Amino acid sequence: MASLAPPVPAPAAPQPPLAPQSRRVLRHRAIVRVTHWLNALAIILLIMTGLNIFGAHPRLYWGNAGSVDEVERQWLRIGVSGTVAAPQGWLEVSDRRFDTSGLLGASTGPKGAPNIVAFPHWATLPSMRDLATARTWHFFFAWVLILNGLVWLGHGVVTGRLFREILPSRAHLRPAYLWHDIVEHAKLNFPKGEAALSYEVLQRLAYAGVTLLLIPILILTGMAMSPGLNAAFPWLDALWGGRQSARSLHFLAMSGIAGFLALHLALVLLSGPIRQIGAMITGRMTIGGGT
Amino acid sequence: MIVRRQLLSALPAGLMLSGCDALTKNDTLKAIVQSGEQATYRWQRLVGRDGLAREFSAADLSPVFKVNGTRRPTNPEWQALEAVGFADWRLKVTGLVTRELSLSLAELQRLPQRTQITRHDCVEGWSAIGQWTGPQLAHVLKAAGLRDGARYIVFLCADDYGGEASKGGLQSTSRYYESIDLADAFHPQTILAHSLNGTALDAGHGAPLRLRVERQLGYKQAKYLMQIVVADSLTPFGSGKGGYWPDRGYEWYAGI
Repeated sequence: MASLAPPVPAPAAPQPPLAPQSRRVLRHRAIVRVTHWLNALAIILLIMTGLNIFGAHPRLYWGNAGSVDEVERQWLRIGVSGTVAAPQGWLEVSDRRFDTSGLLGASTGPKGAPNIVAFPHWATLPSMRDLATARTWHFFFAWVLILNGLVWLGHGVVTGRLFREILPSRAHLRPAYLWHDIVEHAKLNFPKGEAALSYEVLQRLAYAGVTLLLIPILILTGMAMSPGLNAAFPWLDALWGGRQSARSLHFLAMSGIAGFLALHLALVLLSGPIRQIGAMITGRMTIGGGT
Repeated sequence: MIVRRQLLSALPAGLMLSGCDALTKNDTLKAIVQSGEQATYRWQRLVGRDGLAREFSAADLSPVFKVNGTRRPTNPEWQALEAVGFADWRLKVTGLVTRELSLSLAELQRLPQRTQITRHDCVEGWSAIGQWTGPQLAHVLKAAGLRDGARYIVFLCADDYGGEASKGGLQSTSRYYESIDLADAFHPQTILAHSLNGTALDAGHGAPLRLRVERQLGYKQAKYLMQIVVADSLTPFGSGKGGYWPDRGYEWYAGI
């Protein structure tokens, strides 16, 4: 019908500018910013203290139990051979051994001396073997991770942000759409205009995967290593196939988070670190402006 | 120039690392971070005060139950007791009790016995499953009678342990001890075990008697028991943190 209406004389509308005016907009609310940075702090400290804790027993098993005496239950081992002067670090996964000297098993300490420990000093907190301190810090920041995560999740559910901005919609998951986003990422084409105000599908999958899958798995497998909590909730370690399986999955999920962290940081650097980090600190982002 | 360049490149990393380590030694931060232990303890007592540790079947027994910590006490008193098969060994029960006790191994074995196949979870990360037999600690404590003010059960052991080698040299040797609260002391699975997998404890596993407190980590399972003290405070024992390892920075509440 509208098409049959007589043409309305066009008002002297202002021509759209060739380069849209840039403007400052609120990109991240305060609660998102605060929970993001607390989460970042907790995860980095949890990984570093966790690698120190792992150093106390650098072997992983499947099942309920496992110790050095049960080699057949081990699926991952980090160790050292060779001489004290020239130690050779290695990683064993099932029956395959990889030489990891300098990184895993044997590395160089801060003062240049050989350091016989699973992970090098720069990756762990404290930098030297100290299971007691590492555990205390690990459990404190586990509380931070859990409580902070509950605030983030509660806010996301109540305001609907979780469904609007984090979870991909059905349209997002169409193969053509997914492929388009993969190509754009591969070309390092990052949105600068209005599109920068919401996440694309790969970002949504990554953020949803970390917050709704990996972090809950890390929390539950962590809890499944606690003898007190296993007594309180008998399903806790059974869920993972036993305490040692839970410990293995805790390590694997941590590796997933570490991989995400590396990718996340790389993409922030590639897509304009000042703009991105600035937005996560001040909440505001400049969009448009012809760039 | 080379020295300067090396210095420049080493500086940020060095500062950051020493900065991180320095944080772990800052007293205010230490106090904040250690508050996590109280949160964990209270939460676990809230959600699972009466929970039972999982019990396994004979098929789940670990082929080798790893010996950890002291393998054989060097203490001459213990060695003299061992030489005669612990015939002269007595478990003393003292402190805030209405009746002090001195129990022989035979007397402990005449009390109602509990046998349980449980998983031992070491703080290092490994686990082993074993079958333990002995009287419930609750029986012994009821026989002694707790007086008002009793809050902790302290276990004094026969072994002088030399600590961990990993914290920059062996730590000073001192007498092993441990302590638990009354909730764990009266828990049905808390037993004074004299047998592992159906045979009397050997030197490595804590002969003649060790504590099994199944909802906590391995270092709470004090071996070579000599005396049980019922106490209102942990201050008089060791460095006051309630155990050999707690005195060295580990959590007193080892339910996690």
